[in-house]
Amino acid sequence: MAAHLKKRVYEEFSKVVQLPQEEAPAKKLRLTKPSKSAALHIDLCKASNPTDALQYLLHFARSSVEAESVEGVVQHYYKEQDNSVRLKIASLIGLLSKTQNFNPESILDDTLNTFNTEKSHQVLAQLLDTLLVIGTQLPESLIVRHRLIEVAYKHLSDTYFGVRNKCLQLLGCLGNVDTPLNKDGQGLVPAVIGDAQSLISDYFADQDPRVRTAAIKAMLQLHERGLKIQQTIYDQACQLLCDDYEQVRSAAVQMVWVLSQLYPESIVPIPSSNEQVRLVDDSFGKISHMVSDGSWVVRVQAAKTLGNMLQVSPHFLEQTLDKKLMSDLRRKRTAHERAKELYASGEFSSGRKWADDAPKEKVDTSAVNLIASGACGAFVHGLEDEMYEVRIAAVDALSALAQSSASFAEKCLDFLVDMFNDEIEEVRLQSIHVLRQISTNITLREDQLDTVLAVLEDSSRDIREALHELLCFTNVSTKECIQLALLELLKNLTKYPTDRNSVWKCLKFLGCRHPTLVLPLVPELLSTHPYFHTPEPDMDDPAYIAVLVLVFNAAQSCPTMTALFSDHTFRHYTYLRDSLSHLVPPLRLPGRTQAPGVSGIEGSGSVESAQLFLQQSLSRISTIHNLQDPGAQDLLNFTIRDLQRLGELQTELAGAADFSATYLRCQLLLTKALQEKLWTMAVPLCLKHNAMATAAAKQMLEETYKLEFLYSGLENRQVATIHHVRLQAKALQLVLTARTRRGVEPLISVCEKFLQEVESFQRLFVVELPHLQESFVGKLLDLSPKLSACKPGELVKILQTTLRQSGFLNLKLPKQVQRASATIIEPTGESDNPLRFTSGLVVALDIDATLEHVQDPHNTVKVQVLYPDGQSHVIQPKPGDFRSPGPHRHRLITQVYLSHSAWTEACQIEVRLLLAYSSSRLCKAVWSDSSTEGLQPAEGATEGTIPFGKPVKVFIMPKPARR
Amino acid sequence: MPEIKVTPLGAGQDVGRSCILVSIGGKNIMLDCGMHMGFNDDRRFPDFSYITQQGRLTEFLDCVIISHFHLDHCGALPYMSEMVGYDGPIYMTHPTKAICPILLEDFRKITVDKKGETNFFTSQMIKDCMKKVVPLNLHQTVQVDDELEIKAYYAGHVLGAAMVQIKVGSESVVYTGDYNMTPDRHLGAAWIDKCRPDILISESTYATTIRDSKRCRERDFLKKVHETVERGGKVLIPVFALGRAQELCILLETFWERMNMKAPIYFSTGLTEKANHYYKLFITWTNQKIRKTFVQRNMFEFKHIKAFDRSYADNPGPMVVFATPGMLHAGQSLQIFKKWAGNEKNMIIMPGYCVQGTIGHKILNGQKKLEMENRQTVIEIERCEPGCCHLSLEVKLQVEYMSFSAHADAKGIMQLIRMAEPRNMLLVHGEAKKMEFLKDKIEQEFTINCFMPANGETTTVITNPSVPVDISLNLLKREMALGGPLPDPKKPRTMHGTLIMKDNSLRLVSPEQALKELGLNEHQLRFTCRVQLQDPHSDPDTLSRIYTHLKSVLKGYTIQHLPDGTVMVESIVIKVSSSAEEPNTKVLLLSWSYQDEDLGSFLSTLLKKGLPSGLSSM
Repeated sequence: MAAHLKKRVYEEFSKVVQLPQEEAPAKKLRLTKPSKSAALHIDLCKASNPTDALQYLLHFARSSVEAESVEGVVQHYYKEQDNSVRLKIASLIGLLSKTQNFNPESILDDTLNTFNTEKSHQVLAQLLDTLLVIGTQLPESLIVRHRLIEVAYKHLSDTYFGVRNKCLQLLGCLGNVDTPLNKDGQGLVPAVIGDAQSLISDYFADQDPRVRTAAIKAMLQLHERGLKIQQTIYDQACQLLCDDYEQVRSAAVQMVWVLSQLYPESIVPIPSSNEQVRLVDDSFGKISHMVSDGSWVVRVQAAKTLGNMLQVSPHFLEQTLDKKLMSDLRRKRTAHERAKELYASGEFSSGRKWADDAPKEKVDTSAVNLIASGACGAFVHGLEDEMYEVRIAAVDALSALAQSSASFAEKCLDFLVDMFNDEIEEVRLQSIHVLRQISTNITLREDQLDTVLAVLEDSSRDIREALHELLCFTNVSTKECIQLALLELLKNLTKYPTDRNSVWKCLKFLGCRHPTLVLPLVPELLSTHPYFHTPEPDMDDPAYIAVLVLVFNAAQSCPTMTALFSDHTFRHYTYLRDSLSHLVPPLRLPGRTQAPGVSGIEGSGSVESAQLFLQQSLSRISTIHNLQDPGAQDLLNFTIRDLQRLGELQTELAGAADFSATYLRCQLLLTKALQEKLWTMAVPLCLKHNAMATAAAKQMLEETYKLEFLYSGLENRQVATIHHVRLQAKALQLVLTARTRRGVEPLISVCEKFLQEVESFQRLFVVELPHLQESFVGKLLDLSPKLSACKPGELVKILQTTLRQSGFLNLKLPKQVQRASATIIEPTGESDNPLRFTSGLVVALDIDATLEHVQDPHNTVKVQVLYPDGQSHVIQPKPGDFRSPGPHRHRLITQVYLSHSAWTEACQIEVRLLLAYSSSRLCKAVWSDSSTEGLQPAEGATEGTIPFGKPVKVFIMPKPARR
Repeated sequence: MPEIKVTPLGAGQDVGRSCILVSIGGKNIMLDCGMHMGFNDDRRFPDFSYITQQGRLTEFLDCVIISHFHLDHCGALPYMSEMVGYDGPIYMTHPTKAICPILLEDFRKITVDKKGETNFFTSQMIKDCMKKVVPLNLHQTVQVDDELEIKAYYAGHVLGAAMVQIKVGSESVVYTGDYNMTPDRHLGAAWIDKCRPDILISESTYATTIRDSKRCRERDFLKKVHETVERGGKVLIPVFALGRAQELCILLETFWERMNMKAPIYFSTGLTEKANHYYKLFITWTNQKIRKTFVQRNMFEFKHIKAFDRSYADNPGPMVVFATPGMLHAGQSLQIFKKWAGNEKNMIIMPGYCVQGTIGHKILNGQKKLEMENRQTVIEIERCEPGCCHLSLEVKLQVEYMSFSAHADAKGIMQLIRMAEPRNMLLVHGEAKKMEFLKDKIEQEFTINCFMPANGETTTVITNPSVPVDISLNLLKREMALGGPLPDPKKPRTMHGTLIMKDNSLRLVSPEQALKELGLNEHQLRFTCRVQLQDPHSDPDTLSRIYTHLKSVLKGYTIQHLPDGTVMVESIVIKVSSSAEEPNTKVLLLSWSYQDEDLGSFLSTLLKKGLPSGLSSM
């Protein structure tokens, strides 16, 4: 840093030394004419050669641009001889038009005038670009648009491709979208302007590929702006698919797709035959053809596009997976077909003979179509492509198409399963995800499951977890499949013990989904024997737990299964039900007394009843009108306790219950603080006694931040309530300061700040104010004209009384409140072996955590490391460290670097996750329009972090470096 | 008419000793110079006497291009350049140049040292030959001489395999060598731009095959290896040293990495190590994945694959061994096979085709008992390990066959044709019967001519090259000044000018300039014509009657009645004369220059019709 600063200093220094002569006159002139544009103008006049002028312009463009600088620039334009300078000026005008508070219309005439004299093609192109900017700045003005379009028409026949390009772009962005109507009101409109479409389509056959591309893009732009493209273009677009240039082909693919979406059902003839097909099928075939294009850009585009053509007929769709094999002119079956047949015949996959893929029947040579016409094998090619971008696009397209067609899903299964073996992890992962998405439509065969399960040994955690996720949603067909899956999962467990949770969860779903398939396996799984007692398995063995999770979840919907359990199984059940309640469901166990009770509470109706209970508790609270009421505190206390317990019992309502409990605790704190004796004491005496009240105020503030930022699903109403509590807390703080501090000076600024906050609250929640009538703020606002005028002393008095008199503000719960939570899975904090490293160097600590209901974790979640000496570091994880395995769920897998000076013995450090917040984030979202006002920054400054999730202790030991 | 001639000396309706002569635009090029694996006599090399009976080849060939390092494409190179005699440039890509001499040396060793042949090329000859090689880069246009240029495209078949475009003027030929349209674990797919050559010479090894997806095969392979290793068995994979071996290595290496496997993988050493070194170097020639990740780790720096030592074969526990040669007919792979054959836990995977008569072929056909009657094999065994020479061997281990081949299948060939859009197609490097099928297909689906010449048979293709002509700017500007519609690139337009053919270049210039350049005087060419006319008036009257007549007919032309008794229409002169005998028979003299031919002939026909009667005589 120091070196850098030093460099900076030298840099500036040397600048001053080198250019004193040049700088001096410029400075003088600026003194006389402060306007920057004028200075520029003078600079330009002074410039003896184009290079100088260009330098001035570049310098000008780099600094922030003012609106008034235009005249000088435009004036110079006419005089300038050099093309490059004129070009720069033209681009500057465009830049100016983009700046705020500038009316582009004012320079429109000037810019249009320049067209009359301009000879250079490059400059013309740049001028057209500027016009485009102006046009997009003034979208409403029809007249301006027509004038601009007129210019574009005039220059469409230019010989330079850049000019034609820009003209087409202009037409695409500004061309008439409505049906061409020659209104009398706009005499400016020449008749030609109406039909931008046919005009643009003329340029589909331009000699320059760049212009062709621009023409197609312009057409697509028109389409995006709502113009209905005519079907006649279809043939032209199809011809462009065979263009020599890849960008043209790529754009043409888009064009064909757009047309296929516009006219899916119209009929087109197949050339060289009398047959006809639907347009969407025809275009599907054509785009499929592009999947084997020479350029990978086009291939990606084509593969992506295929995924968006859902209206295609199933016949065509299935062809994309079809590839007729042959060997020496004899028909061969694909490996997929062979596998299927083997499976159907009941024989276990042999495939161990040479030439078991020997071709069978002879192929009729005339019938073999080598260039697959139409859609044949498009995906087979796409999935085998050299570039992984194409493969991913193909996988995505498969997924989209399979989700809309069950039969296609069945067919593409084999291909997706094959992709699990891709060389690039991203592709493997994507195909696993895709398979999960379509797994509702399919049932895996045993041989397919076998392939899928082979991936469980993958060393990449992402892959394994994605696969677990997939298995959660998979349907399998036989009990062998279940056995196979269990076996592989247990293998996975022994190989990668860290996958424990994920594997258990996977087995839970597997059991739930296939109770009847698990049933015949139970004796074997639990190793029970009809006559002999078998040894009791180790309860801590993760593999045994895994088996139990599978069995118990299956038993949930298969009541006969429990009869097969042995005694210790029941004991283990009760233990697991308690320790791993999220994995083990409640079972109806015959002859067990506690069983019915347990299942009674947690039956299906329990959520509603809990909801009801929550509502009742809250309505009971609402009977409190004033916090000073006797018994109010007790009621609050009890309700808080109830809510907390409810949150523990009912995970669905945990968020809502916690939220309300925290809110009520704030109120309770306020009440307690206000009932302190100190209020009745004389001011000088209370100096020492207000510790409790101060702490309460502080805690309230903290709690409000938690309320606001830790919970998601809040509506404006709740945010207002929270802010209200915060105001109360601040008022309390203010009153307390007033009582403890001597003198008025410090108070003045504090009061001012408070008033500002009240004001901003009013602005922020105008809509909510009616609901806050009786509350603290409501009362305060009634007095507001008086407030701003009165002295700090009076203000304090008013606040004190209002605080005491204000009513209790009821909390209305929104539909869904979720509390953000985080669990650190790794490090577990159980290790007794310290992490040893040389002091002064760094050691990387792997952190694996799951986050739930955290919005935008990339910016908010941070890792804090607390050293025993009180030092703490906050580390911001990289955006790439976050993965999102499901909705509202995130996974943080990152490394934090630890370092410290040498310790004499190993000690524990604490690692925890923080949720960073800043109130400015919210304020901006609420009123973004008034962001220019001066009040904003002061208010937005409240930033901080909320610790969430349990901290984990890690044993570390920095050793002194050996010399 | 200009024509391109293609004559295969080898690989015409045949696989092996690829060698194709092309003459295009007066240049002779030899594509590949390979040997035939199936012969041990003279037929092994192409018949160079086709080119010339005696003497060196240098003056008959402009250049030699080698597509890749397989011996059936480069095996005869030292023989041709050093023993027959050729001193011109030999073009090949960098990897081919690096690996080719290794293979040639190996080939030489086997033939000379083991088989004891004499009159074969020596190591020094290989070195001398390689000195004549000019390396090529992908997509780099190399000027062989002023007119002949060549350009290499990626072919994907093995490391450094290239397709070559040969171009003279606007005529061009593309030779594919061997290529592969489906990417594999270490190489990408062949690619060519839409270069529209006059002839595309393509290999057609798999002309009648459409292959299954590569993924199934890979998955099967990995699954089999995985299962065997898990069972504690040993896996033997006999391979040829280069090409597929590297692909399988990468496949297993990544699989081991992914699945976190611990069993050792060995590679029997030999020339492989040297070759592997080149694979590491020529990363740009590999596929996307290897190219993108080599910064972190070069995929050819194998972590799990170690060099094999003979003693390892007896180690307990699972292992995977790659051993040469591929057909199990001799050497290390056979030794290991003998050791492992008795255990049913073990497995052998044959990744390629086996020639009849080899042990590989036998076990693939399910033979369970092997009689070692093959003398050569027995010698081999005795030489290596005298102890284990049984005469019969029971095969208990599992035998698998996996086809990993890197040639384009029928669909791939069609795809390449679609990419390049050739005007004619020529098939080589394949069996005649199979070619026939593909030929029909190509002609049917692309409606282009397809040829499949046999060795020594010449195919001639007539081309229609466009001839570029330089046009002088002045002439163009003059043409522009004449007005008319703006130039439309799709419509031809006629213009006057003089075509000068000089020093092998064509130029179109204005006639004046041409005259000046050639130092010629301009000659005026005038047509004169007499038209007889019956007219009772006097000569001057007739003339003025003609004048008025023409004035009324030819509107928009300048017509002058000159005082010297002539009428000028533009530059056409009309005079009237009559003989004294027949004053009524007027003879009109018309004279016009060559440039006004149109108008002149029009006038003559007009005047022949006579003058209308109602004309006033002024």
